[in-house]
Amino acid sequence: MGPHPWIPNSTDEYRRIIMEELGIRSIDELFRDIPEKFRIKRDEWDELEIGFKEPISEYEAWRFIDESLSMNKKLKTIPFLGGGVYPHYVPAVVKHILMRGEFLTSYTPYQAEISVGLMQALFEYQSLMAELLDMDIVNASMYDWGSATGEAFLMSLRVKHGRRKIIIPHTMNPFHRRVAETYLYPHNVSLVEVGVTEKGTVDISELEEKIDGETAAVYLQNPNFLGFIEEDAATIGDIAHKHGALFIMGVYPLSLGFLEAPGNLGADIVVGEGQPLGLYPSFGGPLLGIFAIRNDRKLIRQMPGRLIGLTTTKDGKERAFAMILQTREQHIRREKATSNICTNEALSAIASAVYLSLLGPDGLKKLAETNYYHAHYAEKKLSSLEGVETRIYSGEFFNEFPVRFDDTGREYYEIHKRLLVKGIHGGIYLGNYYSELGESALYAFTEMHTHRDIDLLVDALKDVLSG
Amino acid sequence: MVFRQAKWNEPLIFEIDGNGRIGHIVPEPDEVVRRIVGGINIPEKIKRKKPPSLPRVSEVEVVRHYTRLTQMSYGVDTGPVPLGSCTMKYNPRIGFEAAYDPRITWLHPLQDEDTVQGLLKLLYLLQKWLANITGMDKCTLHPAAGAHGELTGMLITRKYHDLRGQLNVKKEIIVPDSAHGTNPASASMAGFTVVEVPSGSDGNIDVEALKTVVSEKTAGLMITNPSTLGLFEENIAEIEELIHNVDGLLYYDGANLNGIMGYTRPGDMGFDIAHINIHKTFGSPHGGGGPGAGPVCVKDRVVDEDKGVRLGDLLPGYIVEYDEDNDKYYLLGPGKHSIGLLKAFFGNIGPLVWGFTYILMLGAKGLRLVTEQAVLNTNYFASKIRKVKGFSIPYGEKRPRKHEVVVSAEKLYEETGVSALDVAKGLLDAGFYAPTIYFPLIVREALMTEFTESETLENIDRYVERLREISETAYTNPEEARKWPINTSVGRIDEVKANHPKTMAPTWRIYLEKMGK
Repeated sequence: MGPHPWIPNSTDEYRRIIMEELGIRSIDELFRDIPEKFRIKRDEWDELEIGFKEPISEYEAWRFIDESLSMNKKLKTIPFLGGGVYPHYVPAVVKHILMRGEFLTSYTPYQAEISVGLMQALFEYQSLMAELLDMDIVNASMYDWGSATGEAFLMSLRVKHGRRKIIIPHTMNPFHRRVAETYLYPHNVSLVEVGVTEKGTVDISELEEKIDGETAAVYLQNPNFLGFIEEDAATIGDIAHKHGALFIMGVYPLSLGFLEAPGNLGADIVVGEGQPLGLYPSFGGPLLGIFAIRNDRKLIRQMPGRLIGLTTTKDGKERAFAMILQTREQHIRREKATSNICTNEALSAIASAVYLSLLGPDGLKKLAETNYYHAHYAEKKLSSLEGVETRIYSGEFFNEFPVRFDDTGREYYEIHKRLLVKGIHGGIYLGNYYSELGESALYAFTEMHTHRDIDLLVDALKDVLSG
Repeated sequence: MVFRQAKWNEPLIFEIDGNGRIGHIVPEPDEVVRRIVGGINIPEKIKRKKPPSLPRVSEVEVVRHYTRLTQMSYGVDTGPVPLGSCTMKYNPRIGFEAAYDPRITWLHPLQDEDTVQGLLKLLYLLQKWLANITGMDKCTLHPAAGAHGELTGMLITRKYHDLRGQLNVKKEIIVPDSAHGTNPASASMAGFTVVEVPSGSDGNIDVEALKTVVSEKTAGLMITNPSTLGLFEENIAEIEELIHNVDGLLYYDGANLNGIMGYTRPGDMGFDIAHINIHKTFGSPHGGGGPGAGPVCVKDRVVDEDKGVRLGDLLPGYIVEYDEDNDKYYLLGPGKHSIGLLKAFFGNIGPLVWGFTYILMLGAKGLRLVTEQAVLNTNYFASKIRKVKGFSIPYGEKRPRKHEVVVSAEKLYEETGVSALDVAKGLLDAGFYAPTIYFPLIVREALMTEFTESETLENIDRYVERLREISETAYTNPEEARKWPINTSVGRIDEVKANHPKTMAPTWRIYLEKMGK
């Protein structure tokens, strides 16, 4: 095989120099310690379906990918899907900063002196996110909202040692719930669910009945999975604290452009999905798990994930950064670490830092408002359709809400498929998670769903329902 | 070679804050929408009272700020990053083009399968290729990183024993002392007790010691092979038998897969579960600490004969399947026996598509070339560094290395007081990134070095030359070594101040608070 562009020493001459230095005649000599019975024969390996077996050119690879991706269906509008990941416009600057090789191709900054820029960018992410959440400490990222929630639950069990109950709302994102259940599987913990009122928000009296001295944490998602704003968040936090439990909030960070920050609602731990702040939906990854805490020594010690701290050089003359509190982490603490997390979503965190810098407080507020307007406009238009119920619950919502189609006499699956034929992708079918809602779907609207896009959806639905 | 890293004294973005500047025009609702909605009606008690203290800066300032920060950073694009066990290879840019194709980036994870057939095809092939590369039967692309894959593997191990009604007995996971820190941490997160087993002087696991800790309590064993010493575990057959004899599962940490492709496969060695680091072996970038992707593959062995449960049924997330009759790809899972979800949606598509592109362009033959050249580079470096005063290569001294080699600066340290840390800083000064230092824990003054197949012979020679200079300085003027680095953006960091409760500043707001501002 000839030389390959990614492998500079793959020419005969370089191989000869290396083998001469090693005093070997065949590369095989370097693999002689692999027992014969475990060796895969050359021709057997060569015949395995791995790529196209032989190296191919970049153009051929591109053609293959291009032709494959052309099998994806082109839609008339961005799908009206949310549920934890949302289509939000990504300013061109964000992508171009991420393309810079010094960030893109770097490793975790183990050598601080040569990576001070990367560390500053991560410190800025932590600091910007702290301002948005009004929390004191934010780690350098978790994988996503779901895994951050799982880690937060595990952390609450360490902080509230001996307590074995975590209270979650019925309206917690069902995907996050599934992740949390996986994280909790090895531990003897019960997840206790609290139902909703006619407003679509947490039933506080039920919470008061269910909480007790066994409760390690109360989790509240705001806005909740069905899109409703938990206006009594502060009261729920008080109830948690009264029983000595931690108050964990899960947030859609963009909503904090106009919704009260969790730090002002009594949250001890905040988790959330950073994807809406400068990341593409990208079929669900990479995302950005937000993880924040109050400045409390007990919480800090039990916090998972990497932290960058501001410090100075040894001579005290210059500002510098360091990875801090590493004694919590797996590479030092091994089986006693607060988490096994190592690689996280650092580049996603930097994307969010760039995004938050671009938007600033005013841009963020405006964007939250645009989302609100588009969703409420859609609600008004959809409610005019025969048999379509948009106010299943009476509470105020942010940018998504459930729509019930029971009175149209059709199954949502059929409506969805007929919308697709028209190039429109409707919301998330809720029957799998909230059977009490019948033939309902969760519709999300962002700044990317313009007036025209929403009208297209409404007209298409009208057609589908009358056809 | 002279190296001077950029030094900008760049303020924090908060300190650039300008009067009312904006960095981006946000789309606003049109008049009709405004009129029909009528206004924003959020209950007072949940309204934000105080806007977040984010900076107000222009787009130009944002671009310059972050560009300057990149100039004070260092990646594979800048020069060699021989961090051991990190496999910092070149990240082919065609991978970026594919991963950031708008036909992928704008897909929502809950989109109808019919609308994402193209992407599913790529992912289906990737699953199959990874199974072939590792010699396993079934893969999930769900986990987001290597450690996430390990947790997946440990939860599968737990579920395996759970379904067999053995969980009350199977409580221990055995991990060699040379293992990555994530191994014991993952086992512990999955509720197991960790039992450590030592390495012998030849670098292999001490099988006699292993025999003393293997028992009916053994739920499984986690190893990397080649090990973090860069050595192939020669006793793998015996180890496999010991573990399987007590119905333990064998877990393969794929961090070091770059050292064996085309020569052997975890599946052939008897492993039951393996994770793969796409961001190590298959060319997607590390991004300063992620995102990565950590697919997990298993042998589809029987878990419960009566119920017809197999190990593949325990995999988490969504598996891409292909319906040949209808020529359609679809997603399956998580099923009844699956451990569930470890993140909300499919997986880290960006890195996965990048890795797909990497394998697509190389094919089976190209991947073997990758391994051969990585191993040639490692042994070339090992051969050269052995001759430099103060350095040695402990454990299995005569044995060939695979993807990496652990050099010890113990002698240098003892004779001159110049430590592995000083050596690392001396490398930075010459424009190289340092190896992983003080790991694995069983080697004193360790410099765990992995050049990968991407490094040029010329750079390896320069690197050795620099180490020779460092050695010379150590033996003639050791005090100078403590001043390194001087060519980087900043000099040595005050770690004590960074970590002391009185001065610790994990965010700008805490810093300001501590400064009394």
